[in-house]
Amino acid sequence: MTLPNLTQKVSIAAEITTQAELAEKVYSLSVRAPEIAATAQPGQFVQLRILEPSFTLRRPVGVAAVDKQRGEVTFIYRAIGRGTAALAALMPGESVGVLGPLGHGFGMGYSHPLLVGGGMGLSPLLYVAAAYAGKADVLMGGKTADELFWTELFAPLGGRTFITTDDGSLGTKGFTTTLLPDLLEAKDASYDAVLVCGPEIMMRGVAKIAAAHGLPCEVSLEKRMGCGLGACLSCSIDTAHGRRKVCKDGPVFPAEEVFL
Amino acid sequence: MSDERLHMELCGIRMQTPVLTASGTFGFGEEFADFVDLSRLGGVMVKGTTRKPRRGNDGVRITETPMGMLNCIGLENPGVEVFLNETLPRIKKYQMNVIVNISGATVEEYGELAGMLDVDGVAAIELNVSCPNVREGGIVFGTDPKAAAAVVRAAKANTRKPVILKLSPNVTDIVSIAKACEAAGADMLSLINTLMGMEINIETRRPTLGNITGGLSGPCVKPVAVRMVWQVAQAVHIPIIGMGGIHCWQDAVEFFLAGASAVAVGTANFTEPGVTMQICDGLNDYLEKHNIAHIADLIGKVETE
Repeated sequence: MTLPNLTQKVSIAAEITTQAELAEKVYSLSVRAPEIAATAQPGQFVQLRILEPSFTLRRPVGVAAVDKQRGEVTFIYRAIGRGTAALAALMPGESVGVLGPLGHGFGMGYSHPLLVGGGMGLSPLLYVAAAYAGKADVLMGGKTADELFWTELFAPLGGRTFITTDDGSLGTKGFTTTLLPDLLEAKDASYDAVLVCGPEIMMRGVAKIAAAHGLPCEVSLEKRMGCGLGACLSCSIDTAHGRRKVCKDGPVFPAEEVFL
Repeated sequence: MSDERLHMELCGIRMQTPVLTASGTFGFGEEFADFVDLSRLGGVMVKGTTRKPRRGNDGVRITETPMGMLNCIGLENPGVEVFLNETLPRIKKYQMNVIVNISGATVEEYGELAGMLDVDGVAAIELNVSCPNVREGGIVFGTDPKAAAAVVRAAKANTRKPVILKLSPNVTDIVSIAKACEAAGADMLSLINTLMGMEINIETRRPTLGNITGGLSGPCVKPVAVRMVWQVAQAVHIPIIGMGGIHCWQDAVEFFLAGASAVAVGTANFTEPGVTMQICDGLNDYLEKHNIAHIADLIGKVETE
């Protein structure tokens, strides 16, 4: 058996196997991409290309799940603009361009990490939770109980699930940062890391609380991208180690390196 | 596939194919090594380099527009010293023609940069006098024939490498600038750089880009680029590297017919990272199908009578 080259990126036209609307304007898209399923790490992303001439730029989307046996990769995205709307209109059997796997993912060496996510940031955390196979718990934040579908996606992955909603219609009323200190300070708490993906304001708040509890914290950043390969510098950011590219050096960074 | 029909030698630079990659769209080449045989390219025009490191512009730097995109990166780069000491030794193994795109704040700085880059491993210098996104990007030199000529002379006086001047399309008369650069000793011309553009978000009433304006590129600029290559080709005798919106081999053929001796691919590298290889293959097929012995037989062969 030859081991897959973990750093090799591919650009393929992948056949769509499933396209399902999970909630209003939120879609789950699965494609046949065995090369990417074999090597993609939790927290990595791909650049999707709608195979139609009017799209010049690709759309970055996190890997939400992989099925190595079937050679399939799943993404969850919100249809918010022209590109994602066109993506949502694609049917099983049609093709979409997939470039990846890209970037660096989350640390996978922790024994009991707490995953914290909000909104579409929960998508890459699904793959992280699956890879940790029950060793990771998840704290998810949403606006209302309408975002219940995420709890159903996380339920089969093992681990405990904690929920906050802005309006209190599900779980604890408030933000993830409202509940996080309680979780980290609970008598039986044994978290050794906090892995976060969501709106930047949420990630900053979570990182602050993690730091106060002496826990390593990794955050997944989002920036407009061009190439996805570290060449065009559309997604450059300031870090403790100078300028870095979200697409190549991230999207996952230690919180203290990027929230200066 | 044999590239015999595509071999090209321009100003002493031997090119496997006359297909290059445009500065700012292809990093230092190494980022695309999974998708492109870099030694098959005619050259890689690497990310714009300045004397000192630059952090570039703040805010949104890229946005898709109809059949194209706007960018305002702002010449972010680690500076010429890091390029010479770290980047150049690292990319040597790819055996590609490295063409270094440089921007100066003064005429003297272009000369200094050209001198510093007169080293093994650099195939040519491309003078960027047309970056629309920074004041020091040279656009002041690219919109005036005398200033552009002064930049060419400063570079030529300091390097033995071929000097390419990259022309801005954001001018009234591109031919007068091209002729002034040829007279000043430029070995080649490359054109076009991006067209200055702008997009406004009608909900927020704010410009999309952090720098307000940016450079427009992609398929939408191709007719402008073909026209300018054709006009300049009528007026000068030095080789032209044509670029602007090339995303398939058919586009490349148009540029050769307009008078380009080589082409460079830019924005299309973002759409499909291996597109340059497809363009080389497509050019080979086209030449074979039309019984054309060599790509050079196409240069300037547009029939306007």
